[in-house]
Amino acid sequence: MTMAQWSNLLVYASMAMYSLAFISFAVSFAATRAGALGSGPAEQPERAAVGSAVTGASAAPATATTGVSDSPADAAARARATARANSAQVEAELAAEARRGRRGGGRGPAGAQDSQELPPGRRAANIAMSLTWLALGLLVVGLVARGIWAGRAPWGNMYEYSLASAAAMTGVFLGVSLRRDVRWLGLLVTMASLITLGVAVLLLYNDSPQLVPALKSYWLAIHVSAAIISGGAFTVGAAATVLYLIADRAERKPGARISHAIAVRIPDAKSLDALAYKVNAFVFPLWTFAVIAGAIWAEDAWGRYWGWDPKETWAFITWLVYAAYLHARATAGWKGRRAAVIGLIGFACFLINFFGVNLFVSGLHSYAGV
Amino acid sequence: MSTGPTVEQSPDAEQRPAAQQGPAADQEPGADQATGAEQAALSADWGGERRVRSTTSGPKLGPMGWLRWGWRQLTSMRTALVLLFLLAVAAIPGSVLPQRGTSDLEVNNWIDRNPGAAPLLDRLGFFDVFASPWFSAIYILLFVSLIGCVLPRIGAHWRSMRAPTPPAPRRLDRLAGARTWTVDGGDVLADAQAFLRSERWRVTRGTGANAGSLAAEKGFARETGNLLFHIALVLILVGVALGSLFGWKGTVIVREGNGFSNTLTQYDSFSPGRLASSETLPPFSFTMSDFEATFERDGSQRGAPRSFSAALQYVAEPGAPVQEKAVSVNSPLRLDGAKVFLVGHGYAPHLRLTDSEGTVVFDDTVVFLPQDGNFTSTGVVKAPDGTPQLGVQGLFLPTAALDEIRGPHSTFPAPDDPAIFASVWSGDLGLDTGAPRNVFTLETEGLTQLGLQALRPGESWTLPDGQGSLEFVSLDRWASFTISHDPGKLLALLAAGAAIVGVMLSLFVKRRRIWVRADPVEQRAGAQPDPSAGDTLGRAIRVQVGGLSRTEASDVTAEVLELVAALGGPVDEPVTHDRAPAAGAAGTSGPVDEENLT
Repeated sequence: MTMAQWSNLLVYASMAMYSLAFISFAVSFAATRAGALGSGPAEQPERAAVGSAVTGASAAPATATTGVSDSPADAAARARATARANSAQVEAELAAEARRGRRGGGRGPAGAQDSQELPPGRRAANIAMSLTWLALGLLVVGLVARGIWAGRAPWGNMYEYSLASAAAMTGVFLGVSLRRDVRWLGLLVTMASLITLGVAVLLLYNDSPQLVPALKSYWLAIHVSAAIISGGAFTVGAAATVLYLIADRAERKPGARISHAIAVRIPDAKSLDALAYKVNAFVFPLWTFAVIAGAIWAEDAWGRYWGWDPKETWAFITWLVYAAYLHARATAGWKGRRAAVIGLIGFACFLINFFGVNLFVSGLHSYAGV
Repeated sequence: MSTGPTVEQSPDAEQRPAAQQGPAADQEPGADQATGAEQAALSADWGGERRVRSTTSGPKLGPMGWLRWGWRQLTSMRTALVLLFLLAVAAIPGSVLPQRGTSDLEVNNWIDRNPGAAPLLDRLGFFDVFASPWFSAIYILLFVSLIGCVLPRIGAHWRSMRAPTPPAPRRLDRLAGARTWTVDGGDVLADAQAFLRSERWRVTRGTGANAGSLAAEKGFARETGNLLFHIALVLILVGVALGSLFGWKGTVIVREGNGFSNTLTQYDSFSPGRLASSETLPPFSFTMSDFEATFERDGSQRGAPRSFSAALQYVAEPGAPVQEKAVSVNSPLRLDGAKVFLVGHGYAPHLRLTDSEGTVVFDDTVVFLPQDGNFTSTGVVKAPDGTPQLGVQGLFLPTAALDEIRGPHSTFPAPDDPAIFASVWSGDLGLDTGAPRNVFTLETEGLTQLGLQALRPGESWTLPDGQGSLEFVSLDRWASFTISHDPGKLLALLAAGAAIVGVMLSLFVKRRRIWVRADPVEQRAGAQPDPSAGDTLGRAIRVQVGGLSRTEASDVTAEVLELVAALGGPVDEPVTHDRAPAAGAAGTSGPVDEENLT
C-alpha cells in the first residue's frame, strides 16, 4: 500500500470513530438529566449548590444544605445561575475546594454522593470524549501519512484542507476540554467534523500529490495552517454561540419547549456567551495573522500584496464582521444576542470564503482541485 | 469609533459630560447582574457603563453644538459598528461581479450578456467597487471615526497609567479571591508590596485614611495594545496610499529569445500612481532565453499546472554584468526599485508568411492568447507590407482535437500534438489610417478569405491562386511579467506586524486590580496595647485581600491567591471570617477538579 492509501484508510477509520463518538454524545445528551452535563460547578446539582453557597455573600453551610434539599432541577437551575455568574472556572475550583474541605471534616452529603455510580449520561459523555481523542489521533496520523506521501504540508488542495480543518476544529475543542468541561459541546463538534470529512471524502477527493506552482512556497505551511486553525476555532466558537442563543431563548421565554429541553443540558447562557467570546477572541489575532501572511505571500507570488481577489475580499469581509463582533460586545445595547448573531454572520462569511469562493467563483485562489 | 474590542470602561468616559455619560442607564437589564455586586462595591471608581446611547435632547443646538453632536455620533462605537458592517457589505459585489483592472475581459463579457442592468451598474461603479466613491466614503468615514476615537484615548490612557489606583474599598470580601485572616504582627503591607512588585504589579500605597491599605494594578498593556492596533491600521492605510500614489506597475509579454528593457514604451500596459514619475524607471533590462511549463499527466488533476520557470538573463543597470535568474511563480526577480513577477504564459508559434511576389512579409514568433485551461489559443498576423496586404487569423492547439460539437480545440495544455488552424485574408488591413488597432484581433470586414488550413510544425501551406504561402516554422512560448514598484509596502508590512502585536495585547492582557488592607484588630480586654504607633510588631492585624478584573470573561482569583499564599494566608479557605486557618486544612492538590479532565 502506498502512503496515500494508508492515509485514506486512516481517514476512514477516523470517520468511524467520529461516528461512534457522535452517537455516544447523542446518547449522553438524551440520557442527561437536567444540569448533569454542565460544565464546572453545575456538573451535579449538589455541587452546584455548594458553588452557590460559596459565591454568595453570606456563606453558611446551611445554604448548601437547603440547596440540596430542594428539588434537583430547581437547585440546579438556581445554582447554575449563581455559581457561574462570576467566574465559572475559579468558582468551580472553590466549590471543589469547599467540597474537599467538607469531606475532610466529615460533614455534609457531598462526599458520600461522590462515590456513587456515574449517571448514564456522564458515562456516555466520557466514552464519547475518549472516542473523539481516538478519532483525532487517527485523523492526524492520516494527515501525516498524506504529508509524507506528498512530501509537503498536507493541505495543498481542498480535500486535504478539509481533513485538516476537521482535525483543527476537533483539536480546538479537545484543547478547550483540557481546561474546562465542555463535553456538552461534543455533539456539535463531532457532527461538524463528520460533515467536513464526509464532504472531503465524497466530493473533494484529490489523488495528486503535486501542487500548482503558486502553492509551491514555504508560505503554504504558514498562511494555510493559520487559516485552518482559525477555521477550527471559528467552528467551535460558532457552536458555542448557537448554544448560547438557545440557552438565552430558554431563559427569556418560559414557553420555548425545544430550547428548554436543550438548555437544561448545557451551561447557562452567560457562561456559554463567555466561552464563545473567549474562543472568538483567541481566533481573531490568528485570523488577522493568516490574512497578513497571505498578503505577504501574494506579494511574492503575484506582485501585489492585496488585489481584491475573491478569496482576499471574503477574508477581509470575515475579518470585518468578527471585528464588528468584538466591538459589539463592548457596546451597550449590542451585547448578548445581537453580538452573537454578528458572530454567526462572521462564521457564515468564513464558510462562504472556504466553500463558496473555492467552488463557485474563479480567482487566483482556485486551488480546490475539484 | 471606539477603539475597544474590549469591554472595559473606555478611559475617555471620564472626560465626557455627565449628561452623556450617565449612570448605568443603558446597561442591559440583567447583563451584569452577577458582577453587579462587585461593581457596586467600586461604583465610585467604575462609574457607569461605557458607551451610552446619546440622549442629547437639549432644547436648541447652535451650529457648534450640532458639529459637536455630529462628531460625537461619528466617533461612537455604534457608528463604528455600522461602518464596519457597511464596509463588509460594500465589498461583496467586488467579489461577485468581475472587476476592472483584474479581469477587464470578463467585465466586457458581463456587460454584453446583461445589457439591461450593466450600464446602471457600470455608472454606479460596480465593476470597480474598490475604487468607487461609495466604497471609499465608507472606509474614509470609518478611519475618521477611528482616529477621532483613538486620539483622545491616547491622552486618557497616558493619564490613567500615571494616575494612582483608587484606594481599597472598605470591605473586600465580595471581590475575587477574597480572603481574610489575622496575623500577629509583621509588616504585611510591605511584604505584599514586595511580592506584587516582583510580579510586576504597579503598587500604590494608601495614604491618609487609607494608610493601612495598598492598591495594585496590572494590565495597562491591554489598552496600549488596543491603541497600537488601531494606530497600526491607520498606518497600513497610509502604506497602501503611498503605494498607490507613488508606486507603479506594468505588464509585458516577452517571447522566448526576446528581451525587455525597462522603459515606458516597452510595456504592454503601464499604470503609474498619481504622483509617480514614470520618467525615472530603474534602467534594468533582461532577455528570456527559455520558458518551461509542466502539467499533471494523470489522475483527477490531469492538466493542472505543476511548474513554470522563465530563464532570464538580466542587467541590473547599463554596464552591469549579465546575471542569470530562473523566475517562477513564488520566486520573483528582485531589483533595486522594482520586482519582476512571472504572472502568465502561453504559446508563440513561429510563422513565416510569403506574399504573391514571393517576398517574405512576416517571419517571427506570434503571441497567441489562451482561451481555456487547455490553452486553446488565438492569435493574428498582420502583414501590411504584402502585395496585397495579408492577414492571418489563427487558432493554436497544443494538443489538437477536432469534433463536431466543439470544433477544433485542445485537450491538454502541453504541446503534445500542436497544430494551427489558420485562416488567411487579403485586402486592406486598415493599418494606414493611423487609427489605433487591437493587435490581437483582425477586422475581416472588407477582406477576402483565401482559405483555411491546419498546419503542424514544419508544414507549409501554399495559398491558392499563387497568393503566397504560410509556414508553421516552429513552436516557442511566451511569458508575461508584472513589474512593480511599491514604496508603501514596507510601511504596510511593519504596521501589519504592529497590528498583530497590538490586537494580541488588547485581547489577551487583562486589566486587573488587587487590594490589600491591614487593620489592627481591637485588643481583647487585659491585653497590653502596643505603645509605639507605627510599630506593628506583636500586634494582631486583620488582613483582607481581594481582586477585581476589569476585563470581561477573565478572573484575577488565581493571582490573588498567589498573593495570599505568599503572605501565608488561607488559600484554601474561601469563606471569609475572622480566624486563623486551621493547620493542614484541605490538601494543596491542584485547583482543577479531576472530573473536569475527562
